[in-house]
Amino acid sequence: MMADNRVNFNAHGVWAIYRFEMARALRTVLQSLVTPVITTSLYFVVFGAAIGSRMTEVDGVSYGAFIVPGLVMLALFTQSIFNASFGIFFPKFTGTIYELLSAPISYLEIVLAYVGAAATKSIVLGVIIMLTASLFVPVTIQHPVSMVAFLLLTAVTFSLFGFIIGIWSKGFEQLQFIPMLVVTPLTFLGGAFYSIDMLPSFWRTVTLFNPVVYLIDGFRWSFYGTSDVGVVVSLVATLGFLLACLVVVAWTFATGFRLKD
Amino acid sequence: MASIISIDRLGKTYASGFSALKQVSLDIERGEIFALLGPNGAGKTTLISIVCGIVTASEGSVTVDGFDIGRDYRATRSRIGLVPQELTTDAFETVWATVSFSRGLFGRAPNPAYIEKVLRELSLWDKRNSRLRTLSGGMKRRVMIAKALSHEPDILFLDEPTAGVDVSLRRDMWNLVREMRASGVTIILTTHYIEEAEDMADRIGVINKGELIVVEQTAELMAKMGRKCLTLYLAEPMSSIPGALEDWKLSLNADGYELEYTFDVNDERTGVPSLLRRMSDLGIAFRDLHTRQSSLEEIFVSLVREGS
Ligand SMILES: Nc1ncnc2c1ncn2[C@@H]1O[C@H](COP(=O)(O)OP(=O)(O)OP(=O)(O)O)[C@@H](O)[C@H]1O
Ligand SMILES: [Mg+2]
Repeated sequence: MMADNRVNFNAHGVWAIYRFEMARALRTVLQSLVTPVITTSLYFVVFGAAIGSRMTEVDGVSYGAFIVPGLVMLALFTQSIFNASFGIFFPKFTGTIYELLSAPISYLEIVLAYVGAAATKSIVLGVIIMLTASLFVPVTIQHPVSMVAFLLLTAVTFSLFGFIIGIWSKGFEQLQFIPMLVVTPLTFLGGAFYSIDMLPSFWRTVTLFNPVVYLIDGFRWSFYGTSDVGVVVSLVATLGFLLACLVVVAWTFATGFRLKD
Repeated sequence: MASIISIDRLGKTYASGFSALKQVSLDIERGEIFALLGPNGAGKTTLISIVCGIVTASEGSVTVDGFDIGRDYRATRSRIGLVPQELTTDAFETVWATVSFSRGLFGRAPNPAYIEKVLRELSLWDKRNSRLRTLSGGMKRRVMIAKALSHEPDILFLDEPTAGVDVSLRRDMWNLVREMRASGVTIILTTHYIEEAEDMADRIGVINKGELIVVEQTAELMAKMGRKCLTLYLAEPMSSIPGALEDWKLSLNADGYELEYTFDVNDERTGVPSLLRRMSDLGIAFRDLHTRQSSLEEIFVSLVREGS
């Protein structure tokens, strides 16, 4: 049998999906970018100006500035999940998935394209939120390399998580369930808007079981050099979650991807 | 190697436990137009979906150009273009974007000149910047065809291409199919209409309840199946068929107003002239007469009966 001379990595295919997903965001640029900018501004009006003025500094950082990393993380979590889960769920819902399944593209390439696009979008969003925040409060970044690393890792991890949700969801309710009922509460309780050192010791212990605490903590350390749990612990936790998502994706593929009959 | 697709004892049992394909073996020859004929639920779409990679087979194997559809899926899928039965398009994409997307997805470098050629052939060029949701159903079907052709496939699957399509699009489509065949593309289409299969196909396969009942050159199948039915609309109703007509296999319908005679067009003596002569001798008058090809249903019935 002759060898097939067509390549073993479908770069054109990955690029096509990536561009398709990015184009989808550009069509709804208002919804994708303007909304979070307005929401962030509102946070600063409410927390930063109204409440923040009555709050003391947290670990030597003004309250308004303190909440910036948490806000960025909250947006990163929800938008990564939303973009990636919707990206793969929608073709399943409309039936256009037939084309993806009949294309000479591997599962890995499909994930790369969808997760790559979703992560790109949420990173752009994260940067925009930081820029918006810097208009209201003095944002400093003490460890830029670590900040970028956490930004990338978190965006990729949660996009992967979103992709998994999109693959497994049978309807729009399920698609919304985890982001709304799990991620957002955990983020609010995970020290996005306060230092967990501010909590009574019992609640502090309880909070340490919330994985989001570790994700936010390292990111905040990159900004202000202060940390509740330590940056190494934070990094390990983030990588651990990434690994968990990779395992689930690999397992989903191994058992038929849940897209084919 | 004459056959481009080789299907060997293919079976599919869906998660529901329903067995949609049973031990189907079939070879598609390079460059032919093959029509897969069968009633609703026969398993046509299931068969196509397995070859294209949309549905996983439960048993058996398929090779395309010598490559296994599982192990060498990149090689097999890049050779295949599929126009599915259902019209599913992204509402907000433009025609140009969605067709270019398909080309990229199938691993081909951009080629605007080729995309333009495809869009012009399908009379979609004027609509290239229209969003898909603004197109009519017939135009959407053209877009689906353009998407399937975007990566220059060697094999084209058309799953009921003429469902919900008007006469002019149907004609365009068949012209396109003939052109593609002339350029060496192998075409597999499904249809419910025997006339369509007869017009277009080099060979016809008949599938029923997941089983491939017959595969035959079109001319031979038509000869085999060339039964016609003559209906005579009587002036006066009959209560029973007169004994003088019992040499012909007749049936009486519509409260005695219609006399039906089924005959084989390939017989040297169809029996039609003698029947009419005998009737006029007997003074049985009729207002009108009508002949028709046996319907697909009747063919299935006779094939299934022959098979068992
Ligand atoms: N995902 C599925 N789960 C369970 N049963 C299925 C599934 N898809 C198809 N079937 C069943 O398999 C049988 C064959 O379906 P298929 O779509 O292949 O038929 P078809 O010949 O294409 O019919 P039609 O002419 O109506 O398009 C049908 O009885 C159908 O109900
Ligand atoms: Mg079908």
